[in-house]
Parts: sequence; C-alpha cells; structure tokens
Amino acid sequence: MIELLFSISVGVLSMCGVYLMLRARTFPVVLGLTLLSYAVNLFLFGSGRLIPGNPPLIADGVERYVDPLPQALVLTAIVIGFAMTAFVMVLALRAMNDLGNDHVDGRAD
Amino acid sequence: MLYLIPLMPLFGAAFAGVAQRHHRQGAAWLAAACASVSLGLLLTNLDSVLAGVPAMTSMPWMPALGLTLSFWVDGLSFLFALLVLVIGLLVILYAVYYLEPEEPLGRFYGFLMLFMGAMLGLALASNLILILVFWELTSLSSFLLIGFWKHRTDARQGARQALMITGGGGLALLAGILMIGHIVGSFELPVVLAAGDLIRDHSLYPVALVLVLLGAFTKSAQFPFHYWLPHAMAAPTPVSAYLHSATMVKAGVFLLARLFPALAGTDLWFFLVGGTGLITLLFGAYTALFQHDLKGLLAYSTISHLGLITLLLGMGTPLGEVAAVFHIINHATFKASLFMATGIIDHETGTRDMRKLNGMFRYLPHTAVLAMTAAAAMAGVPLLNGFLSKEMFFGETLHVDLLGASHWVLPTLATLAGALAVAYSTRFIHDVFFNGDPIDLPKQPHEPPRWMKVPVEILVIICVLVGLFPQYTVQWLLQATVRDVLGQSVPDYSLALWHGFNLPLLMSVIALAGGVALYAVRHRLFALHARLFPEISAKDLTEDRLGRLLLWSRRGTDRFENGSLQRYLYLLVAIACVATVLPFFGPGEVLSPLTHPFDLISVVPLALIVLGAVGTVIMHRRRYLALIPLSLVGLAVSMVFARFSAPDLALTQILVEVATVILMLLALYFLPQHAAPTASVGRVWRDRLLALVVGVGMSALCYLTLTQSPKALSQFFLDNAVPGGGGANVVNVILVDFRGFDTFGESVVLAIAAVGIFAMLRDLSLKGPTLDDCGRPWDTDRHPIVLAMVSRPLLPLALMVAVYLLLRGHNAPGGGFIGGLVAGSALILQYMANGMHWASDRLPTDMRPMVAIGLLIATATGVASWVFDAPFLTSTYAHVHLPWIGEFELASAMAFDLGVFMVVVGTVLLILTRLGAQSGDAPKRADPPPMEDIGP
Amino acid sequence: MPILLPLIAAALMMLVPARYWPAYRWLGPVATLFQVPIAVWLIAQAMGNGYVVYALGDWPAPFGIVLVLDRLSALMLMICAVLATAAHLAHQARPSEHTRQFQVLFQFQLMGLNGAFLTGDLFNLFVFFEILLIASYGLLLQGGGPSRTRAALHYVLLNLAGSSLFLIAMGVLYADAGTLNMADLARVVSERGPDELILVQAGLMLLTVVFALKSALLPLHLWLPATYAAAIAPVAALFAIMTKVGAYAVIRVLTLTFGLEGSETTPIISTLLVVLALATVAAAGFGALGSVSLRRLCGYLVVLSIGTVFASVAVLEPKALSAALYYMIQSTLVTGALFLLVDLIADQRGPIDDSLQLNGPPVRNPALLGTLFFATAVAIAGLPPLSGFFGKLMILRAALSADFAPWLWGTLLVGSLLVLLALSRAGSRLFWSTDGEPLTPAPVPLGALLPVMLLLAASPLLVVFAAPVHAYLDQTAAQLANPQGYVLQVLGGGNPKGAEP
Repeated sequence: MIELLFSISVGVLSMCGVYLMLRARTFPVVLGLTLLSYAVNLFLFGSGRLIPGNPPLIADGVERYVDPLPQALVLTAIVIGFAMTAFVMVLALRAMNDLGNDHVDGRAD
Repeated sequence: MLYLIPLMPLFGAAFAGVAQRHHRQGAAWLAAACASVSLGLLLTNLDSVLAGVPAMTSMPWMPALGLTLSFWVDGLSFLFALLVLVIGLLVILYAVYYLEPEEPLGRFYGFLMLFMGAMLGLALASNLILILVFWELTSLSSFLLIGFWKHRTDARQGARQALMITGGGGLALLAGILMIGHIVGSFELPVVLAAGDLIRDHSLYPVALVLVLLGAFTKSAQFPFHYWLPHAMAAPTPVSAYLHSATMVKAGVFLLARLFPALAGTDLWFFLVGGTGLITLLFGAYTALFQHDLKGLLAYSTISHLGLITLLLGMGTPLGEVAAVFHIINHATFKASLFMATGIIDHETGTRDMRKLNGMFRYLPHTAVLAMTAAAAMAGVPLLNGFLSKEMFFGETLHVDLLGASHWVLPTLATLAGALAVAYSTRFIHDVFFNGDPIDLPKQPHEPPRWMKVPVEILVIICVLVGLFPQYTVQWLLQATVRDVLGQSVPDYSLALWHGFNLPLLMSVIALAGGVALYAVRHRLFALHARLFPEISAKDLTEDRLGRLLLWSRRGTDRFENGSLQRYLYLLVAIACVATVLPFFGPGEVLSPLTHPFDLISVVPLALIVLGAVGTVIMHRRRYLALIPLSLVGLAVSMVFARFSAPDLALTQILVEVATVILMLLALYFLPQHAAPTASVGRVWRDRLLALVVGVGMSALCYLTLTQSPKALSQFFLDNAVPGGGGANVVNVILVDFRGFDTFGESVVLAIAAVGIFAMLRDLSLKGPTLDDCGRPWDTDRHPIVLAMVSRPLLPLALMVAVYLLLRGHNAPGGGFIGGLVAGSALILQYMANGMHWASDRLPTDMRPMVAIGLLIATATGVASWVFDAPFLTSTYAHVHLPWIGEFELASAMAFDLGVFMVVVGTVLLILTRLGAQSGDAPKRADPPPMEDIGP
Repeated sequence: MPILLPLIAAALMMLVPARYWPAYRWLGPVATLFQVPIAVWLIAQAMGNGYVVYALGDWPAPFGIVLVLDRLSALMLMICAVLATAAHLAHQARPSEHTRQFQVLFQFQLMGLNGAFLTGDLFNLFVFFEILLIASYGLLLQGGGPSRTRAALHYVLLNLAGSSLFLIAMGVLYADAGTLNMADLARVVSERGPDELILVQAGLMLLTVVFALKSALLPLHLWLPATYAAAIAPVAALFAIMTKVGAYAVIRVLTLTFGLEGSETTPIISTLLVVLALATVAAAGFGALGSVSLRRLCGYLVVLSIGTVFASVAVLEPKALSAALYYMIQSTLVTGALFLLVDLIADQRGPIDDSLQLNGPPVRNPALLGTLFFATAVAIAGLPPLSGFFGKLMILRAALSADFAPWLWGTLLVGSLLVLLALSRAGSRLFWSTDGEPLTPAPVPLGALLPVMLLLAASPLLVVFAAPVHAYLDQTAAQLANPQGYVLQVLGGGNPKGAEP
C-alpha cells in the first residue's frame, strides 16, 4: 500500500504546485514550480519502483538492487531544476527592477 | 526558342532601371526593343499556326507537382500574345509622352515589362500550373502598376483592392486547377482539353467549375466582382489602356476560351457563365451611362463588354465562341484607343470631368476625330469592327434554345444593352467634343505632340480596316484560332458587312435608335438615377468592410491573447491533462498491481511532504514564512529518496535544497515580503479546480506507473557497472559513463545558467528595502561573531569532505555533483557568516573561469577517448586490452567528474555571490575580467 | 560502416567542442560558419548510407546514449546551419548590440539545437531542450528593456512548466516501456498489442503536448508573437527554427512510434493534430491581419507556417510529409529573412519603429528594401514564382486524398488570402504612404543586407532546384515511413565498433 501513499503525496505536491503556479505574483509562481519539480522528481524516481533498503551499490552477496537508471535521471533533473530555479528567480528580480512590480505580467495594480 | 518570347520582357524588366540611368528614354527604348524582339519571335510561328500544327516545347520542372515548363503557340495563344505585344508596343510609345520626365520611368517600364512577360507566359503556357504561375504574376504586377502614383490614397486603396480580389480569385483558381489535374491526372493542356467528357462526368466537376469560374470572373471583373476595376483607374492612363481594358482583364475570358473544350457544354456552364455575363453586360452598360469621369465611363463600358464576351462564351455554341474571340480583338483595339484619347484629353486639359469638358472639337480636332471613330466602334456603328462582332452577338442570342419558351428574353435584353452602349458612346462623343463651351478648365487645351497620337491612329485604322474588310484582315486568324479552340470542324460563318436584311440588323438599328433616344432624355434619366440609387462608392463600401474585418480580427486576437501568463499556463496544464487522459478511453486494461505493505519509516516523510506542500500554499503570501514549509518538503523528499535506496539522490536533494533556500532568501530581500491577495474569487476557484484535477491525475498516473511490473533494462547496468564502468556505485557510473552525455549536457546547462544570470545581474542595481515589513531596520551591524568563528575552521573541513565525496563517488554515494554542492554551500557559508568584504578579499568574485575550465576538463576527457579511436566519452576502462589500464582506469571517469565538480562549484558560487553582492553591504564590484582571459 | 563510424564521430563532435568558448570575437562567427560545410558533409553521409548511428561512451543502445543521423536530422542541421550563419552575420553588422554573452549563448543555442536534432534518446533530448531553452532565455534578454523582460518572464515560466510535463512523460514511458531510447521504444510499441499500450500512449500524448508548446501550436501559441517581437532581430531570426524543433520532435516521435499507416490510435492523433493545426492557421491569419506592429505580424507568420506544416504532417502520408518538409525549409528561412529585414526597415523609421498604424518617413533606399520586402512577402504569402507557392501547392495536392481535405484546402487558402491582405497593407504602409524626409543620412550598409539576401536567395533556389530537393525529401519521407529501418540500425548498429546489423 505504500505505493498508494506515495502517489497521493505526489498528487498533493503537484496540486499545490499547480495552484501556486497559477498565482499572479512571481514569487509564488516560483514556489509553485519548485513544488512541482519536487513532485516530478519523485514521480520520475517512482518509475523505477519503490524498493526499500537495497541501494544500487554493487557489493558481494547482495542479489536484488533497485533500478539505478531513474536515480541517475532524477539526479540530472534535480541539478537542471536548480539551474532553472536560480535563473527564473533572478529573472523575477530583474522584472521587479525593470517593471517596478512583481506581477507576472508586469501590470501594476 | 519559345521560352524567349516571355523571357525577353522579363529581361527588360530586370534592366529597365539600369537603362534609365544611362538615358532619359533608356527604359522606354529597352522596353520597346524587348517587345519587338518577342513580337518577331512570335511571328516566326505564324505559318505553323495557320497550318494548325501548334509549335510546342517542354522541359520537366517539378515532376512532383506535374509542373512542366511547357509552352505552345496555337491559334488562340498566338492571337492573344499578338494582342499583348502589339498594344504593348503602342502603350510603350504612348507612355513616353504621357508621363512626366521627372517621374521614375525606370520603375514604370520595369513593372510594365514584368506584366508583359507574365501576360505572354499566360498566353503561351500549355501547362495549367504554369498558367497559374503567370496568372498570379499578372495580379502582382497590376498591383504595382496601379499603385504607381504611391502618394495618392485612392491609388493605394485601388491597388490593394485589385490585389485582394484578383489574388483571392487566383486562390480559387488554384484549387479548381488542382481538382482538374486530379481528375485528368495531368496538367498538360492538350491532355486536359482532350479529356473534356471525363471532366464533365466527374463528380467533382461542379466544384472545379465554380472554382475556376471564380478565378476567371474576378480577373475579368464580372459582376459581382467588378468593382475593383473602376478603382484601378487610379493608375496612369497607359496602364489603364493596357492592363485594364486591352489585356489583363481579358485574361479571365481568355482562360474560359482556353478551357472551353474541357469545361463548356453543360447546363451548369450555360447558366453560370451566360447568366453572369448577361448581368454584367447590362449592369456595366447602365452604370457607364451615369459616370461623369471619362475613365469611369470607359471602365464600366469595359466591364459591360467583358460581360458580353462572357455571355457569348456562356452560350456554348461554336459561333458564340467565334464571336467571343472576335470581340476580344475588337474591344481591345477600340477601347485601348479610347483610353489613350482620354489620356490625351486629360493630359491637355487637366480634367476628365464630362461636366466641364465641352466643345473640345474646336481645340483638338485631330484627337476628336480619332476618339469619335473609336467611340462609334464601341457603339457598334456599321463600317467599324465593333459592328461586326455585335451583329454576330445579336445573331447568336437568337439561336439559344436552352431557355425554351422564354427564348425572346435574351435578344431583347441584348438589344437593350446595345442601346445603352450607344447611349454612353453618344454621351462620350457629344458631351466632350460638342455641347457648348468648356467650363473653367485647369489648362488651355491644344493638340498633343505628334507621336502621342500615333498609337491612337494605328489602333483606329485597325478598327476601320477590320470593319470594312473583315474577310481579308482577320478571317484567317480567326479561322486558325477557332479551329484550335473548338478542336472540331469550324462552323461555317461569313464575316461580311452586309448579310442582307435580317433580324440581327434590325436589332442593331433598334439599338442605335434607342441609344440616341436614351441620350436625348439623359437629363431626366440622371435625375431618376440619382433618386433611385443614392451615390455609394463600392470602394468605400469595401474599404469600410475591410476596416471592420481588421478591427474585428485585432479585437478578437487581443481578447484571446490578453498577455496574461496565468491564462497561458492554465491552458497548457489543462491541455496536458486532456491529452494524457485521452488514451485511457481506448481499449486495454491496466496490469495487476503489486505493492509493498505500509511501514512507518516511509510514512513519516510522505506525510511531511503533504503537510509541507499544503503549508506552503497556505502561507505563500507571507513569503519568508512560506520558505519554511518549502524547505520542509525538500527535506522530506530527500528522506524519501534515502528511504527508498537512493543515497546519492538524498544527498543531492538536500544540498540543492540548501542552495535553493539561500537563493530564495537572498531574492526575497528585494521582493515585497508579502502581497495582498489580488485574484478574484472566481479565478481562485477555477485554479483550485484545475489543481485538484492535476493532483488526482498525477496520483492516479503515479500509482499506475508504480504498480506496473518492471520491464526496465536496469539489469544491464548492474551487471556492467563494475566490469564495464569500473565503479560500484551504479548511479554514478551511469552518470559519468553509461549516460555520461546527459551529465555532460547538464553541466552545460549549469554553465549557461551561470552566464545568463551573470549577464542579467551585471547591469542591474536593485534597491533593497531598508526597513522590513514590520518597520524594523535591517540588521546592518557586523555579522554574528559566533557563526563566523565556527564557520572559518569549518571551511577546510567542508572542502575536504567535498573532495572526499568527489573521489569516492565512483564506488560509494558521492561524485561530482554532490562534492561540488558541498563545497559550494560551504563557501557560501563563509559569505553568509563573514560578509562580502571578508569573503571577496579571499575568493575571486567572478567564477566564470572556474566554470569554463570545468567544462573544458569534461570535454577534454571525452575527446581524449578519440586517441584510442573510441567514441566520445568512452571511459578508458572500456578498453581493457589497452596496455596501461592500472591507474588510468580511475583517471578517465574521475577527470570527467572533476570537470562536473568544478562547474557545479563555480555556478553555485557565481549565482549566490552575485546575488549577495547586490545587497546593500556589497563592495563596489570590480568589473569582471573580459572573457578573452578565460579562453582555453 | 565500421570504418566510417570514427570519422562521423569526429565530425559530430567537432560540432560540439568548437562552440564552447568563443574566446575571441572572431571565434563565434567562424564556429558558426563552420557549421555549413559540416552540415553539407552530414547530408552527404545521410544520403550515402541511410542511417549513421554513433554510440556515445561506446555503450550499445538502448543502454548507452546514441546519436542517430538520418536524412531528416541532416536536413534540420542544414537549415539550422544556414539560418544561424545569416543571423550571426546580421549580428556582426550591428556593432551596437555586441556583447560577449551573445556570442557564448548563441553558440550554446546552436549546440542545443544540433543536439536535439541528432540525439536518439528521449532523456537526452530533454537535456538538449533544456540547453537550447536556457540559452534562448539568455538570448531573448539581449538588449534589455522592460518589454523584453516581460516577454522573457512569460517564455521562461511557460517552458519550465513544459519541462516538468516532459519529465512526467518520461517517467510514464520509462515505467511502462522500460526504455528511453527512441528506437527501443518503437520496438516495444510495435511488439505489444494496442491494449497493452495505454500508459505509453498517455506518455506520448503528453510529449506531443510539450512539443506543441515548443512549436507554438494553438492554443499554446500565445506566447510566441510577443516573444519574437521582443527579441532583437538576429535572435528572432534564429528563433525561427526553434518552433521547428518542436515540429521535428513531433515528426520523429510520431513516425517512430505510431508509424504513418499506424495503429488504431493514429486516427486520434491525426484528427487532433489537423484540428489544432487548422485552428492555428486561422488564428494566426487573423492575428497577422490585426497586428499593429510589423514584428508581431512576423510572429504570426511563424505561427501560421507552423500550423501549415502540422496540418500537412497530420495527413500522415509520405507525400504529405515531404511536402511539409519542403514548406518548412522555405518558411523557416524566409521568415528568418523577414525578421532581419523588418529590423533594417524599422531602424530607418526612427521613433515610429515598426508600427503599422502611423505613416513613417520614407526609407533611404526604397528600391532595394522595397524589392526585398516585396519578394519576402510574395514568398510568404505563397504567391508565384517563389517557393511558398510551390510548397503550398505540394501540400494541397498531397492532402487531396485525405478525408478532411476540404477543410484543409479552405483554411489554407483563406489563410494565405489573409496573409496577402495583411502584407499588402503593411507594404503599402511602409513604402507607399510615407511623409517627410528620410531620417537616416546613410543607406543601409551592404553588410546588413547580405544576410537577408542570403536567406531570401534560398527561395528562388528552392524553386529552381525543386526537383532534386524534392527527391531528397521524398526519400526522407520514405525513410520516416518505415521506422523498422531506424530501429534495426540503432539497436543493431549501435554496438561497439558499429558492426553491421
């Protein structure tokens, strides 16, 4: 049943992410995207199935390993995600500076 | 050889400008030369035409389209090309005197030649698509010529309108021709013309016919597409004479005549073509009578004559065909000469208003004589060419039996139209040349230069000659033409002045008498007309309609894309949901779930995630606070990773988390600390709904994926990690070896981000608030001593850990990313603890060199493998056979990892320090060293 | 094949490192120029031996990442190279906008594009998308100014969301198909029955959405006009191919997984695509008609061309496919030219810039600019004798047999009428209804005109050499029509030392 719980938490994450993503201010949008990326990473991670307690470190005597590939992918995704978050954060600052407010459309209101 | 005929004018078009620069009449001379060469070439085909064996030439061009570069000279095309060239030559000569020397003659003749070339191509092409190509070219060149006097609004509008209508018609024609080609299976004219029955019986015939007719009617200004023609009169008069009376507007009827064998002969054809022709004939003639502008009168009379030709073609009888072709020639001659005469009058008096122009006979008798003769031809007065074709027309109307009982209608209407024609011709003559004295003319009129009249004279002489001795002048040509058009035996008809007393003659007499009568009572008619039809210009109507279309499309577009990111994102997500759900409606079942039982250790972090996420949403307006649940989520996520056997991920996640939070803290310093709710209730609920949908969807999808029986190819990696990649940490091996290319690209992404952010921040000076949201001043004093004291000794330690992680990465959790992140955050700690001054004294502010070098190391590692003739990024361990494996084994992959390490450290530092440097206590940054220093 | 592999490897990799760090100003342009011969060479390769598979890290597919070169990717590389060269030249001609960032980002952008065209692995495709995206963010910001920032903000956020979707799709695919290699995926799809494919299909649909976003298909096109209008000319010109990346990806994935004559699901996709595509064309047509500034107009033209391409792809026949490709080549290059040209014109109009609502001063050398604009307009509006007309013709003919032909014909024809209208208005506004004296003292320098002419020259060339081009495209389409060849090559030919399959 752990899968069910896992899926639900992913769902909740993405739900909150999407909701925040649809806000009108840059900061919440960034928050939302961050949450969403968590959700996505977990999801991608999940595509390798959930197997507690046998990490993909080759050692003698261990027979069953978890699928390492998704982990590698997620690692890549995390780092790329970081780069993107950083970029968009700074971009938000720049928008704040150029447009004088932090509305996503630069509309002062 | 045939290619040259249309090519010569195009050649002239290309060099008209150049020629003009060398001589003030250079362009004109060049144009004339080209045209005469073409004419000569054309005439060389004369005997073959008369012999009835059309000269052909063809070369394949786009087999995929069935487009071949094929031309032929049969009777019809010969006739039409002849028309184009002869009148073209005369117009060229005429225009020399009409246009002022200071006008851009080079441009004028360039366009004119372009048009001539296109027209010749249209006449001679024997491939439908090729015809289409030239067809559109004529529209384009006419657009340019109408807009020649670009400073005049009416010229611009007229040009656009003409292009819009003829262009639109062209598109319809395109569709129609494609259909015909589809039916016949070839676009070659001879084939198509031979396949008449096939086409007529095909189910697509009506559609194709209508489309083709649309093309022809728009071009030939048939009702209701006629209205572009009068406004095209804004063009210089030579253009009007050439394009808009003699040649281009004839293209439509030419096409009908061309496709006559393929399309004609059905009731549909009769009613569509004949009906349109009849309406146009009457409408044009009627409207012409009420024009006060000379060119306006001529324009509408042109429309009506085109209607007449269309009607003749519509009757579908062989003789009708003959009459149509005959009238094409006649109309071209007298109408062109009339336009030229009008041009002369306009040129000499400065006006074209018939209410002012009176008694011109006294001032320019010579021109008057010419004009009157031509006008008489237009009216269909005996001894002139107009009379003959009109007789034939009347004769034909009598023989149409398709109308059954009401067969008398057509002749009557025809006579009426004739009467109207006589009326407006009379008006042209009487109003302009007699009828009292001129009323305040802008100029004192006098005869134009000699050579300006020559073209008119030539044309008028042709009118007379044809009118007097048809059997000697045109019979043979007509014979050849009609034979080629009809394909079958030419009907026996006699072109003669005198057929004895018969019905057509009677109709002519009625028409003449009626016409004069109509003119006599014109004043009452004008009054009536004014009362019935208040003045509305079709152009204004269209312009108005066009304007509304424009406005509408602008409004609609703006409403649709209101520049609101929220809407765009909303759409994106919504569509994603829909698209993903779609397949599940298809057949098929989801495989049986296999699951693991609950266990507390996993439940805790998952619950934390949920809590954190919700918390973030709740507090997202109080921004600093919102970061706490956010980081909580991050933490929990890493716990999950750790729990489900992904130590590397756990490490990475937590480190990235740290960096992200620091980043956001720094950013928040410049953003408003909290925001009031702005969204409307409706929007909020709309968003919540979508969010809910997404959440549920994701859960479901995730659950499905989790419960699939694994089919992954992981075993390969597990097996090959140690032997192939030389590392026990499979994840890391995958990163640096199996899928090293991804990692490679990923470090590139980091690098780009670094560059981009650097660029963004460099020319940016942010104003941080001096007070926080509660009005307390920001803590400006020195940084907390304790933290500083603790962190300084910490640094080397942290760095050591980082390096250790990096090195062991290949076999145990760790590796480039993780190491780099550790080092990065350790250094960041220094900044936080000791402030920029302290740190920037000890660390370079510009990290880009580090990033660059990192990238280069990684690349070098990859390239190195070429040395061993192995593909990019091959870890040397893959080549056990190489003699010196030993320590090199580690080196290759490790070096790559080192590169990644440096990139990460560099980027993280660069981003955060740059951002930090923005804050108030930043030292004045020395401008970053120019990039030249960083090169390899 | 085994002998060739290392050579090709060398070539491919030359594409990559050369552009890492244009240490000196000249390095950038040189690196860009260098692309063209390489692209030519690769096309030769593709024509020579169908597919060229290059296994990175020498790990066989589907385990390692492979680069696959076939006719399609070679073609895309070629377009990209030409466009990039022109854009770069145009940038060289505008010293005012020179920045180091531009050079760097430009090269990264190219790297991303080429990578995306070559890779045979979905996740790798994702990585390259990210590369070209983040590079394009940077490029978009070149020149600064609020409007650019706003446009960039939208563009970035949208694409971040898009990337998340991409990852989700990846997860689904990997979970169900257990592979990320396109060829392997195709194999899986072909081996399983349609009722075992639900998840895979869901993933693919999601992917399609992402690609649709990238290629600005309705209703995901909304970001494009503003974005392109905001970017500086060379960037906008280069972006003309960005949308085509999406198109490329769709074609690739669609043909590989569903195949042209494909499975039960193909009709769904086809209808979906064609509806969206035609809607795009219509919307773009009206948008173009309604645009108040020339740059927006160009933006809509890009959207319209994309719509046309997709409409033709949706016919799902080799003939239609090659027609779509032909159209894509010409529209990409010509719109690129238009962006550059617009910039030149706008410069001469001073404060009025590229507004279509006000009369501006006449441009300095109207004959030249006017002719160029006229030619571009003719090419784009699809009038003879330039390539647009023939592209349109091919598409119409190819679609004749499709059951939605009437709709497609109607929409495309009306669309081009709208474009004709819009462009004729724009043209007469720019070159005819002008008042006052020219502002700029000097005519446009040749250096600035050269790139425009270069791109524009493609159009007549495409017409004159239509036959050979079309032959190549037909073979490309044929190649795409049977994914088996691709699969065999990749899964077979990818193993170490590229032994014969």
